[in-house]
Parts: sequence; C-alpha cells; structure tokens
Amino acid sequence: MEFITSIFTDYTLRSVVFGSAILGIVSGALGSFAVLRRQSLLGDAISHTALPGVAIAFLLTGSRQPLWLLLGAALAGWMGTLIVMVVIGKSRIKQDSALGMVLAVLFGFGMVLMSYVQRTPEASKAGLDKFLFGQASTLMTEDIYIMGVLGSIALILMLLFWKEFKILSFDREFGTSMGFKMRLVDILLTTLLVIAIVIGLQTVGVVLMSAMVVAPAAAARQWTDRLGVMVLLAALFGALGGVSGAILSSMTHKLPTGPTAVLCISTIVIISLLFAPNRGLIYRQLSYLRRRRALAMNSVLLDLFELAQHHKRAEHPHPLNTLKSMSDRPERVERTLLELYDRGLVDKNTDGLWYLTSEGQSHAKKQLGEIGVMS
Amino acid sequence: MESSGVNALEVRDLTVAYRDKPVLWDIDLTVPKGVLMAIIGPNGAGKTTLIRSVLSLLKPAAGQVRIFGKPYDDQRQSVGYVPQRGSVDWDFPTSVLDVVLMGRYGNLGWIKRPGMNDHQLAMDALKKVAMDEFTSRQISQLSGGQQQRVFLARALVQQASLYFMDEPFQGVDAKTERTIIALLKELRAAGKTVVVVHHDLQTVPDYFDWVTLLNVRCVTSGPVKEVFTEQNLRIAYGGRVAFKSEAIGSETNQVT
Repeated sequence: MEFITSIFTDYTLRSVVFGSAILGIVSGALGSFAVLRRQSLLGDAISHTALPGVAIAFLLTGSRQPLWLLLGAALAGWMGTLIVMVVIGKSRIKQDSALGMVLAVLFGFGMVLMSYVQRTPEASKAGLDKFLFGQASTLMTEDIYIMGVLGSIALILMLLFWKEFKILSFDREFGTSMGFKMRLVDILLTTLLVIAIVIGLQTVGVVLMSAMVVAPAAAARQWTDRLGVMVLLAALFGALGGVSGAILSSMTHKLPTGPTAVLCISTIVIISLLFAPNRGLIYRQLSYLRRRRALAMNSVLLDLFELAQHHKRAEHPHPLNTLKSMSDRPERVERTLLELYDRGLVDKNTDGLWYLTSEGQSHAKKQLGEIGVMS
Repeated sequence: MESSGVNALEVRDLTVAYRDKPVLWDIDLTVPKGVLMAIIGPNGAGKTTLIRSVLSLLKPAAGQVRIFGKPYDDQRQSVGYVPQRGSVDWDFPTSVLDVVLMGRYGNLGWIKRPGMNDHQLAMDALKKVAMDEFTSRQISQLSGGQQQRVFLARALVQQASLYFMDEPFQGVDAKTERTIIALLKELRAAGKTVVVVHHDLQTVPDYFDWVTLLNVRCVTSGPVKEVFTEQNLRIAYGGRVAFKSEAIGSETNQVT
C-alpha cells in the first residue's frame, strides 16, 4: 500500500512507472505487427542502429536535450532500415543476413563513437551510457512528455491505418491489387515501429529494446486468435513487463533497467507458452493425453466386442491376457479396463474374466457405425 | 470505341524476365467480355506470372495491359483477384468474416472502416460459397477447400467485372470444386469475365468456354472448341506430357 501511494508522491518513481508503461504499451502494440510479419529482427536492427544516431546527435548539438538525442536515434534507426532495404533490393543477400550485417556494423560504429564521446567531460554528465542498457530512474518529467506525445501519435496512426496494416501483414499483394500503395503502408508502419523503439531507448537501452518489441506480441499471440485482442494484450504485457522491470531496477543501486525489464517480460512469455489455452504447451500435452486415453479405451472396447462375435452371447467373457495380446500397448490394458469399468461399459465376472455390458455393446456398435464398418 | 464493345482484357507485347531469362515472351492476348477462360500450360510456363503482371504485382520488361480499354490503375475497382491459397499465412490471427471483409477494402479506400453494408455483402458471399456457418472461425482451423472458398468469397465482395483466379482448384475437395464451378457459371451468367489458372486438362472443355495455352509464349488463345486441340497441346507441352485424347472431345477434332 505504501508502495502504491509512493507512485503518486515519489517523483522519481512516478516518472519511472509512467515512462516504462508508455514504452511498454507502444512497443507491445506495434511489435505485434512486426511479429506477425516475421520481422522480429527488424526491431533489433532499428534499436542497434539508433546508437550511432544518439552519439552523433550529441556531438553535433552538444546538448543532452532528450528531444535531440531521440531525433538522432530515430533518424539513424530509420536510415538503418533503409540500408537494409537497399541491400536486399540490390544484392542477392537475404533479409536476415542483411539485417544482421547492418545491425552489427552500425552498432559497432555506435560503440566506437560512444567511447570517443565518453572521454569528453560533458558527456559523462550527459549520461549517454544509459542508452546502452537503459536506466529508467534517469527519466525526467520532460522525457515523459516527449514519450507520451510520440507514443500517442504512433498509437493514433496505428488505429487510423488499422485496416491497411492488417492487409499489409496478412496479404500484401492483395492490398496492392486493390490499389493501395503498399510500399507507403510499409514505410508508415516501419516508421511507427521506429518511434516505438526510440521512445524506449533511454529506459530499456539499445541492446535489449527489441525484446520489448517481440516478447509481448509473442506472449499475446498465445492467448487469442483475434488481431485486435492480440495488439491490446501485447500492449498490456509490454506495460506490465516494462513497469515491473523499471521498478525492480530502480530499487537496486545502478542496476540497469533493460535486463530486468527483459527478465520480467520473459516471465510473461514463459507463462504464456506453457499455460495459454489451445496454443499452450501444457494444454496441448493434456489434450494429447486425453485423446490417447480415449483411443486406448475405444480399442479395448472394440477388441472385446470382436472377441464376443466369435461366441453366441455378446456378453461372453474373456481373460485379460487375450486382450493384452491384441493390444499394441499390453501394459496399459488393465488400467484401461478399469477406466471402462468406471464408466459401466465393461464388467468382470467371478472368474476374473472381462465382458461387455449391454451399454458397452451399444457403445461399440455406435463406434463401428461411425467409422463405417457396420451398416 | 463504345465501352460495351471493349474487350475485358487486352495484353500487347508483354515480356517479363527474371534476371536475364524471359519468363513470358511477347504475349499478345485478347479476352472478350463474359467468357470463362482457363490459362493452361506446363510448370514454369508463366501462368501465374501472366496474372501477376496484369495486376501490376510485378513489373514487366515491356508491354502494355488494357482492362476494359483502360490502364489497370484506372480499373482497379472492376478487377477481383483470388491469389494462390498458399500465398498467405493461415495462422494469422483473424476470422473468416474478417478475411472476406478485406475484399471491401479497395472500394472503401484509405482509412475508412467496413460498415453494415460491407458486412452484409460479406455474409452474402459466404453463403454463396457455403461457408456461412464458419463466419467467426479462426482461419487456421479451415481445411484447404474451405480456405479456397473463403478466398473466393473475398473476391466476390470486390464486386468486380473481371476476375483473376490463381489455381482455385489446387488441392481442393470435390465439394469445393463443385462450389467453384457453380460460382464460375453464375459469374458468367451475370456477365462477368473470369480468368483462371488451371492445371487439369481433362476438365477444360467442361468448365471453360475460352482457353489460353501458354508456354513462355502464347501458343494459342480462343474458344475451347476451336483451339483446345491435341496439336496445340503438344506444342504447349512439348509433346512430353501424355494426355487422353478423348478428354479433348471428338467435336473439337472435327473443327480443326
């Protein structure tokens, strides 16, 4: 309780919570499109190539004004994607290699610039190193305003061009055939992604920012089959991961925010991968086991039915070992028989022999009728 | 020229090359209004490429395309397109109805969202392809034939006059094949023109009244009864592909 009230009274904590919530919402929402378009690596390239932009902006303006630094980051990130597109278009290098290459080269360039900048006395005060791994506790009110305005613009544009972004992600060529300038739509969506990444750089840092783009969307996809719900959930997960990561890092001296935020969002991803209905691993395993058990019961039931056909009475009993010899999983036959017994489909006579109850017989006949063996 | 006399599609000197290799070479093609036309030819003949370059999805090295006498850019509203089923990710988080509504996007233009009228059109189209029970189903839970019918419904709501369909019969069940055929005939009855990339030579005379035989260049194009001959097929398929001559029909042999 004390903690919740401190969000509204403690200046630093309030900035941290608002800032990381904004970044989580925007990167989660726009990251959904990147993930659906199989462009997860694009976010990584944009954030890494933003680093030299930050350094160059500082060198040119000598200012620690966040607006200048973010503008530099955005321009560089945008240029990075442009270079990637040119490399893909003009050479035979595939997208993943082009992204990886541009990312590494420009990030390396950025690191060289950073170490140069760090040696100047003003720079260490400007705290440019926070752009590497992020430091939410350095967020000022001014930063929050900039993040809020840019983030709102990105989200409003996303909602305005929702239908265009959807067709771009699902069936780009169909969009082209209907007369939409899909290249323009692509550039717009990429620009919004650049904005989403840039507003998170100071908080999460260039190295791990792409996780805030990809992870919330990947987690959200597990829970829904609707694009709208997915984007909403991704925004929620992003905010949750961002805020919890920022708070955790703020409570520990000099712990960067990026890694803790990534750990928090990864927890959400793992939970989603495991427990989501339909797509979750545990759900799948359970439904697999359920299907296998149903199959085993059916096959023992039909074996008993078939055996009874050799005799006058349909209730003619048979020993367990006969059934075992007919099954491809003999060790499970006894357990399956007990399950069938629980359902009243089979019974055991005083000699320990198994037979079908009348209910079991009609059940078996129904099964055979369904697969078309009996007319 | 009076617009009622204009051909649905006219292609002049169309050449498409990937790197240096021509995929389509100097294609001249005229498709009159109101026909069901099959484009047939061996693998790599450029059937899909022909459709894609007509729709400006790729840039031809040379040539021009006229749709109802005008360039494609002026006629997009009157063209409907059914791409190959495998061209999209069917695991995309969206519903059957939502995919069909995408066919309305062209009429809506930028930013505007589909409204009541568009929903009604989508529902009508889904009924036509017998998919109206599946409107809210996630598209990954559809069979191949159902996916194809969803794509057809999406093209129907485009309310076009000229349709291009890329292998709509590819790997579909008998029910879907019957649905598509009924739909094609209905479109023709309504005065629409349909161009279909097709693989099954046997069914050409049953399903279509116009045919184009393609193998990088245009071997022949015209009414099925006149040009769907054994000789032309041998030219298109290089004589290597065996086919049943009875499929071509005795009538056609007499014509030539």
